Amino acid sequence: MTDVAVIAYGAGNVASVQFALERLGARVVLTDDPAVIASAKRVILPGVGAAAYAMGRLEALGLIEPIRAFTRPLLGVCLGQQLLFESSDEGDTPLLGLIPGRVRRLEPGGDRTVPHMGWSRLERVRDDPLTAGLDERPYAYFVHSYACPDGPATLARAEYGGPVPAIVGRDNFRGCQFHPERSAEAGAHILKTFLELPA
Amino acid sequence: MTARRIIPCLDVRDGRVVKGVRFLDHVDMGDAAELAARYRDEGADELVFYDITASPEGRTLDYGWVREIARLLDIPFCVAGGIRSVEQAGRCLDNGADKVSVNSPALERPDLIGELADRFGSQCVVVGVDSRREDDDWVVHKYTGDPDSRRLAGRSTMDWIGEAQARGAGEIVLNCIDQDGVRQGYDTAQLAQARSRLTIPLVASGGAGAESHFLDVFDRANVSGALAASVFHTGAIRIGDLKAFLAGSGVEVRQ
Repeated sequence: MTDVAVIAYGAGNVASVQFALERLGARVVLTDDPAVIASAKRVILPGVGAAAYAMGRLEALGLIEPIRAFTRPLLGVCLGQQLLFESSDEGDTPLLGLIPGRVRRLEPGGDRTVPHMGWSRLERVRDDPLTAGLDERPYAYFVHSYACPDGPATLARAEYGGPVPAIVGRDNFRGCQFHPERSAEAGAHILKTFLELPA
Repeated sequence: MTARRIIPCLDVRDGRVVKGVRFLDHVDMGDAAELAARYRDEGADELVFYDITASPEGRTLDYGWVREIARLLDIPFCVAGGIRSVEQAGRCLDNGADKVSVNSPALERPDLIGELADRFGSQCVVVGVDSRREDDDWVVHKYTGDPDSRRLAGRSTMDWIGEAQARGAGEIVLNCIDQDGVRQGYDTAQLAQARSRLTIPLVASGGAGAESHFLDVFDRANVSGALAASVFHTGAIRIGDLKAFLAGSGVEVRQ
């Protein structure tokens, strides 16, 4: 059994993340308790919806400092990945500031509809234990209207009228812009490698 | 970019999948969870579940059932049926749905679209539109799940989808009622016009009867996804075969 705490802060699709982890045999705790999160072996920060609302919830629950101070593996999912960066266009909000850069709105144009909604291929940019053993250019399921800045933290990209950081990592903090819990085999693989990261 | 999505639609009544012709005369097609698992295994990109009796009966859908589906699936799914408040949509999402689709309640109270988008983000908010040709225009119908309460919504389809997008919808599913269940192909003219009005994803619905119909709708209307029901439920079209055909015709699909 693996212990993983999924932060349930009222701004995330926690049930589907929980079920995906349980399909992999993990023991999942849904929690908004700063002490439980601070002592967890691994943490997943999900997120659906608006960045400002999510940051407000984390603030209200006293979770910002425990997340920033966390030293074991943490995975942000979708909005949870975006929250790892410094700031966002969305509501002009300061974020957790764990990875440099500003989250920008995707602008529609040509065939690029926004939200970016659907299955796009992942192109690995650099090796990381999280993506070890992942298929070449697998499809993953994306749903988002804002995108993280492409930079040194990018581990894998999707192409959507421009590069979209799909997996990012800096120190113990990692994120997926796509939804691994809804990305069939590739998503299950990412969650499995996350559960196996040394904690 | 994104692969074109193939989306089986499960019209659900009391946990069973049903299918009618032009929304009438429903026939039992099997257990909803069993069919959902089958489509997941066959390579469906997404599933849509419509509780077709919820809206006309003035009730909402069963959240326990949403949770059961969420536990089963590793692909996204959208639920629809009588969702008329932020609280109800929140419970669907909390129980594992990825998106909620609103149709008649959004027509009754268009502010609902903005309320859902503000709270959950546009990416969770799908607006379903049932459209039919009347005289020289496409017009919106509501309460299409129940023929006794079905009626004209008093809106032009193209105006309504534009308004829905402006209010914060993240995707439009356009059900072309004249085509529904008759398997003569998607209404590519209507869908192409809708596509030109939108910057959000558009999903085609109604009329799929052959593999070539999917190719036509992607080629002619440039939609993000194509939804179908009876051709999948009956096994007339297998998703794996359909995707092989589309890939062979130059359409990007996830295989």
